[in-house]
Amino acid sequence: MSDAITSEAPGSDHEEHEHAHPKFLAHHFDTPAQQFDTAKLGMWAFLAQELLFFSGLFVAYGIYRSWYPETFAVCSHLLSRPMGGANTIVLLFSSWTAAMAVRCAQLGQQKNTSRFLIVTIICAFMFLFIKYLEYGHKFHEGLLPGNYFGHQYGGIFGSIPADAEVPDLPAKAHIYFGIYFIMTGVHALHVMVGIGVLIWIWRRNERGEFSKEYFTPVDIAALYWHLVDLIWIYLFPLLYLID
Amino acid sequence: MGAATTTHVPTASHDTPDPNENYLTVTKGVWSWLATLDHKRIGVMYLVLVTAAFLLGGIFALLVRLELFTRGETIMGAETYNRMFTLHGVVMVFLFIIPSIPAALGNIILPIQLGAKDVAFPRLNLMSLYIYAFGACFAVYSMLTGAVDTGWTFYTPYSTTTHSAVIPMIMGAFIMGFSSILTGVNFLATVHKMRAPGLTWTRLPLFIWGLYATSIIQILATPVLAITLLLLTCERAFGIGIFDPKLGGDPVLFQHFFWFYSHPAVYIMIVPGMAVINEILSTFSHRAIYGYMFVAMSSIALAVLGFLVWGHHLFVSGMSEYAMMVFSALTFLVAIPSGVKVFSWVATLYKGSIRLASPMLYALAFIFQFTIGGLTGVFLGMLAIDVHLHDTYFVVAHFHYVMVGGTVFAFVGGLQYWWPKFTGKLYNELVAKIGFWFAFVGFNVTFGIQFVLGSRGMPRRYYDYLPQFEKFHQISTVGSWFIGTGFLIVGINLMYSLFKGKKSPRNPWNSAALEWQTPTPPPLANFTKVPVITRGPYDYHLATEAELAED
Repeated sequence: MSDAITSEAPGSDHEEHEHAHPKFLAHHFDTPAQQFDTAKLGMWAFLAQELLFFSGLFVAYGIYRSWYPETFAVCSHLLSRPMGGANTIVLLFSSWTAAMAVRCAQLGQQKNTSRFLIVTIICAFMFLFIKYLEYGHKFHEGLLPGNYFGHQYGGIFGSIPADAEVPDLPAKAHIYFGIYFIMTGVHALHVMVGIGVLIWIWRRNERGEFSKEYFTPVDIAALYWHLVDLIWIYLFPLLYLID
Repeated sequence: MGAATTTHVPTASHDTPDPNENYLTVTKGVWSWLATLDHKRIGVMYLVLVTAAFLLGGIFALLVRLELFTRGETIMGAETYNRMFTLHGVVMVFLFIIPSIPAALGNIILPIQLGAKDVAFPRLNLMSLYIYAFGACFAVYSMLTGAVDTGWTFYTPYSTTTHSAVIPMIMGAFIMGFSSILTGVNFLATVHKMRAPGLTWTRLPLFIWGLYATSIIQILATPVLAITLLLLTCERAFGIGIFDPKLGGDPVLFQHFFWFYSHPAVYIMIVPGMAVINEILSTFSHRAIYGYMFVAMSSIALAVLGFLVWGHHLFVSGMSEYAMMVFSALTFLVAIPSGVKVFSWVATLYKGSIRLASPMLYALAFIFQFTIGGLTGVFLGMLAIDVHLHDTYFVVAHFHYVMVGGTVFAFVGGLQYWWPKFTGKLYNELVAKIGFWFAFVGFNVTFGIQFVLGSRGMPRRYYDYLPQFEKFHQISTVGSWFIGTGFLIVGINLMYSLFKGKKSPRNPWNSAALEWQTPTPPPLANFTKVPVITRGPYDYHLATEAELAED
């Protein structure tokens, strides 16, 4: 072994083991701060990835909106603004509760952390329930993507061919609903993943794994949840509000 | 692999593995590999999988070349031929080249070069391996149920109308994309946060700089491919009309989306290759890389420029003239960081004490072949010339000079360079050199002639051709047998070394780099004590005798 390049560090392994290596600190990190920063950085990189993932959908939306502006204007009125608005409020509120969960975790208030996490999870389920009602209406009216457009589900199976025009709707309306279902569908998938993550964090909190010294998982799970919220904040006006 | 190398019984008990015990022998059994969180073992498993993919993709390539040996049908019909070249492309791109250097070699070497005990997120690392394997299962499923005949680019509208098994294949690529993203996230965080004391950014090995640039591309480009493939799946399954002109969509939009990922993906493939070359060149010329910061920044520049040039794949697809001019000009800019690297490498060789070991041969071949591949890329970036050369064998030759002559040669060179580090065994140097010469000659025969073919108008992907092309195709096919033989020799040589190879000393190449300063093969914790870095990895003038000694 050489000396210059691998000489013994002041805080090298042996000394470190004599100090208590906290249970939550993974073996390959030196300090809790390093572990926390690393996790944060990794999560932000992952969120950057998520934004790019959705970017393709936003570009597709922008292009087809500029190609078929009248279609997009008419179709946006077919979406239920009260339901979309209610979902926006639900998600915004859940973002607040997620932030509060992090705050309580930082203060070491285990009970309050759990409470806020549960409220966040309930909000996520409410969001999905409202989305389910909305999707149900669209299925019933045959406002579906592509080949299924104009086919009415929920009782009556229409026999209108895919490219036939539905009365009162401009051509290419199926593209609008294709984009609508993919954007909101992919977002809803993220909500479901978020529910799974939040439940997992809640259970770990119940087991008392978090403390003032170690709340990293709560923090980065909440970061993810804020992103899910943020994307909806863009989807709602683009799909529901602007003509 | 584990069974072959675990020759002596571990001394540590099963409950508490000794972190100073060699990583191959510290624990035993299949499960200790499958459930490992050790980056080195994960890297070895990646290595096994990507090498299997390389073998598979190579067999497809040989079959494609064999079919083209004579005009008309030689060994397979046109339908089968379309599937063969598609599978060759898909397997080589998604299953082999993209994970080859970062996920296999990088996984093992990156934390050691950083003086870290592991990557930032070991569990995520293992997960990305399994995601890759899961995606590969989809690809294999597609191959068994009709395969794909669209070309690896999955262009619409053909990919939405063909009867081949497109959806399983693109789901496979979609899933493997996430493996690539997670590796990128992991490496990015590792480079930022896990560097040993004293390892400043200006002391980072250039391999790390290359992988860092690659991680940025993986994180920012791959999700765009993911959403594109998802949209393609929806188009095929539901006819949403985004890419289908019959339904009011735009097939060129698919090309924009696809190349917005796939052009940066070209840099996911080549930048790690360049990164490996730095390590090999420095070690075997016993000199610091000339213009270190320029080489490091040229990797970052390639990562950034890679996002701005996707349009040059669409010069004949229908785009505004002004956009084409901008894309063409931006494409020329790519030549600058590439040129910086090539000149720096050549300057590194100047007055170095060069040792022509087998990894060095691959590095030198890389410089030669990458330069040809890069310069012909400039031809293709010119609007007028591209109209003539687009979709001809000239393009095929160009990107094979970069991907095979560049990345694959760097991968094999890097594999041989670090083989003693991975396995603790020395391979037969003479056999390795024979393998190299077969691959080198074969490669240049196979693809050199394709520049001529392409410039004379032979279109790529065609099953049949005009009589005047037959000689060229035959030369190319004979060349492909030499490549196959060369890499087969390399593979056998390495496998043989596992069983019969001599034990490697700590530093068989007398390198000054950090990864050679720890025992070979490395202990579970990579170092027996936390290293403190006092010099750069290529500072031969600062390295001590003891560091450069073999043991």
